[in-house]
Amino acid sequence: MTAKEPSVFRQGFKDGLPIGIGYFSVAFSFGIAAVSSGISWWQAVLISFTNLTSSGQFAGIGLIASFASYIEMALTEFVINMRYTLMGISLSQKLSPAFKMPFKLTLGHCNTDEIFAVAMSRQGEVSPAYMGGLSILPYVGWTGGTLAGAVLGNILPFSLSQALGIMIYGMFMAIIIPAARRERPVLFVVLTSVIISCIIYFVPAFSFITSGFSIIICAVAASALAAWLHPVEGEVADET
Amino acid sequence: MKHNYWIYLLIMFGVTYLTRVAPLVIFRKKIQSRFIRSFLYYIPYAVLAAMTFPAVFFAAGSVPAAAAGVAAAVIAALMGGSLFTVAVTASAVVYVVSLLI
Repeated sequence: MTAKEPSVFRQGFKDGLPIGIGYFSVAFSFGIAAVSSGISWWQAVLISFTNLTSSGQFAGIGLIASFASYIEMALTEFVINMRYTLMGISLSQKLSPAFKMPFKLTLGHCNTDEIFAVAMSRQGEVSPAYMGGLSILPYVGWTGGTLAGAVLGNILPFSLSQALGIMIYGMFMAIIIPAARRERPVLFVVLTSVIISCIIYFVPAFSFITSGFSIIICAVAASALAAWLHPVEGEVADET
Repeated sequence: MKHNYWIYLLIMFGVTYLTRVAPLVIFRKKIQSRFIRSFLYYIPYAVLAAMTFPAVFFAAGSVPAAAAGVAAAVIAALMGGSLFTVAVTASAVVYVVSLLI
């Protein structure tokens, strides 16, 4: 087990490369948005360094710019990030016994949407070495991209920065589409979630639902329905 | 009252940290319920699907350019492209299409 750890770490590091590159481009646009909302470059970098999350940070700089109350900030961040709690419960079932408390308290904070998705699609358990390796490049990409965007700002041609905006979604699709093709129930989950998401987005009666809440509603409804109709076999969810 | 950047930062960090780390600290045993295990197995796909659609269509400046990017990403993903390949393909197609229209 311990002898294999360096190669597990390297594998994680490699798996983190596409996420890191994707994060760099998204963080770049965060850096631009943060500076144009009125905070300084180092404040933007510090937010990325401590938060490592996209939607929460974009919402956060909007709240800072509008002098929102601290309560409002806390509630908004909580609602947008509640999905991490669901994902954290999922991840907790897959952690190896070596994942002791100090690792949970540090590497646990690296559980972003993409790192989570990649960690969960891995065969078997997730060890601290794998999670650590997986987190490095996304962390560097996210913080470095914010710095680059905040400092270099508008050097990038507009059309190019817009094209970069779709990268993060390309990564999401690269995770869900092959799984949906492989497993019928996953296809069912994806379609259900997309349909609910579109209803909430386009039907005016639901316009009071924020994007963070919408994700929670879609995820819980689609997953619960699929768990009821297509319960997974024991070894699929519990690969120990 | 003037608000303080450091307090905002502390709140953002604190809330985000707790939502991520608390479940890892609290849930130590394997969950026995088959329903809950199935539910948790499906969660990542449901989360990513809801985050992507319909938001992706408004992420590239114009809806037609984004739609072309989505189509390219779907094809690349079905052909077995890696995360990076799919993302770059989508981006490149959006760039080309938005130059054309």
